[in-house]
Amino acid sequence: MAEQRVAREAEGAEGAGFELGGRTWGSRLIVGTGGFRSLESMEQALVSSGAEIVTVALRRADPTAKGSALELIDRLGKFALPNTAGCYTARDAVRTAHLAREAFETQWIKLEVIGDDRTLFPDAVELIEAAEILVDEGFTVLPYTNDDPILARRLEDAGCAAVMPLGSPIGSGRGIANPANIQIIVEQASVPVILDAGIGTASDAALAMELGCDGVLLSSSVARAKDPERMAVAMRGAVEAGYVARRAGRIARRFHAQASTPDDGIPELG
Amino acid sequence: MIVELNGQTEQLPDDATVADAVKAVGVNGETRGVAVAVDGEVVRRADWVTTPLADRQAIEVVRAVQGG
Repeated sequence: MAEQRVAREAEGAEGAGFELGGRTWGSRLIVGTGGFRSLESMEQALVSSGAEIVTVALRRADPTAKGSALELIDRLGKFALPNTAGCYTARDAVRTAHLAREAFETQWIKLEVIGDDRTLFPDAVELIEAAEILVDEGFTVLPYTNDDPILARRLEDAGCAAVMPLGSPIGSGRGIANPANIQIIVEQASVPVILDAGIGTASDAALAMELGCDGVLLSSSVARAKDPERMAVAMRGAVEAGYVARRAGRIARRFHAQASTPDDGIPELG
Repeated sequence: MIVELNGQTEQLPDDATVADAVKAVGVNGETRGVAVAVDGEVVRRADWVTTPLADRQAIEVVRAVQGG
């Protein structure tokens, strides 16, 4: 019974649904669609992940491109969340958001404004400016941000629907480099916090949830895994496990051991 | 007229519209996930047929791709 109750809890039932952008979602895992070796591999992974929200990008139309990722996403009944990947300035990001609104008929935008192509770290100044403009225009803005609590607060103040701090650089698979900062961001935020970028394997995703994040957005760790479908299953389990563990309340860390077996009644054997 | 279409210099008829530019790129404008900007400003799909282009304009025709 308890197992069933907790399983339902993890899946978002019993009031544990995940509120984001004025909608309630069952899955706390958001999956990027970039980096898959084939559309078939992407389809298997998206289905196995249980994700309801998946990210997409916009690029110059290329009539020779094979297959349509968007058709597949629509067929699977997933919500396509457009991003502004590749934008370096607020101006470019705002224009890309306008194109995305037209292309996908949604006001939702995963806002990325990067500072350079080696680190792909966000440009804080341009990011804030773009967020303010897009919120004013009525967008539901989900900004990819640094693991900087002050910047996260500024984005929330600007009216963003969530804050999405990186764990470590995009595609690096280095996990959560500064868990303390993520914890501070979680503590102070009154909008959902979604760990975005840097996830390498399932334990990273579980840690994000244990730190109190409301969700995890990942892409490369699944798409570039040896077996993306399997890794998607692992990530789904990790996000659910981390979420339930957070609610269960972990024990405090101790330096020394504390026996779990009572000392009373130990027999004298010799 | 001469325009910049997705970064390439292209010759289009003098009375060309945004819809003609989309056709020239070779994508099916009917499908979801396609959008157009002329000199950085989005032209709504409903206005493609009635929006004339001018010489030297920069047109970007984009479509959905996989991304993180």
